[in-house]
Amino acid sequence: MAKQSNEPVLWALFSAGGVFAALVIPVHLFLLGLAFPLGWIPAPGYEYLHALVRLPLARLYVFSLCFLALFHWAHRFRYTLYDGLQIKHLNELIFFCCYGGAILGTVWAGYLLWNFR
Amino acid sequence: MTETRQPARYTEYHPRWYRSHVSTWWWLARWPYLKFILREISSVFVAWFVVVLLLQIRALSRGSEAYAAFERWLQNPLIVLLNLITLFFVAFHAVTWFNVAPRAMAVRFRGKRVPDLWIVGANYAAWAAVSLVLAWFLVRS
Repeated sequence: MAKQSNEPVLWALFSAGGVFAALVIPVHLFLLGLAFPLGWIPAPGYEYLHALVRLPLARLYVFSLCFLALFHWAHRFRYTLYDGLQIKHLNELIFFCCYGGAILGTVWAGYLLWNFR
Repeated sequence: MTETRQPARYTEYHPRWYRSHVSTWWWLARWPYLKFILREISSVFVAWFVVVLLLQIRALSRGSEAYAAFERWLQNPLIVLLNLITLFFVAFHAVTWFNVAPRAMAVRFRGKRVPDLWIVGANYAAWAAVSLVLAWFLVRS
């Protein structure tokens, strides 16, 4: 019996995360990381953002973004380490660190968003 | 003749592997290689953005004082610099991702292949539209 590979699933997550990240992260990062802290654009107030994240749809959006973007990172970074540094003997360790990190981050996102008050 | 001939020691029928040595720094040798590695490294900055976003969510759930502290942390010059570098990398990721989209999805319409330029154009249009919608939600003074 041929061994089932989980590579297609991991690649699909990488690809979906790549599309999602490309579409939404640049604008999020520009606003949150530069425009608001540097005062180029007035930052939204605490009350408004809190009410926004209270919406289940907004939380579902943030969760999907975190989940897919992290698995995108895990897959791409794993191959960067494989190809870039030629440390084949560490491949299993890299695999577990990358996907372990993505799983931990996803669980953290789920915990924060599920318990958001 | 005192020379003693040792029988040759080798494993029969097993060729010696020929492997040319590749430096660990091979990706510095040419610009396309470096571009490839930079594109792959962009994923680290994608992950960094997720961390910032989750810290924001955590601060929001802890109350207005925690959120004010989070906003001050974002004004730290080192964090601003890191976010500036991150913006460069995530934009690089977006551009390289959209530019290879036609090779990832060969769209056909009425039996004809849709030109690559249209697919790339559609991706950039979607990027602009999504960015505008998100900015509309987030820019509230």
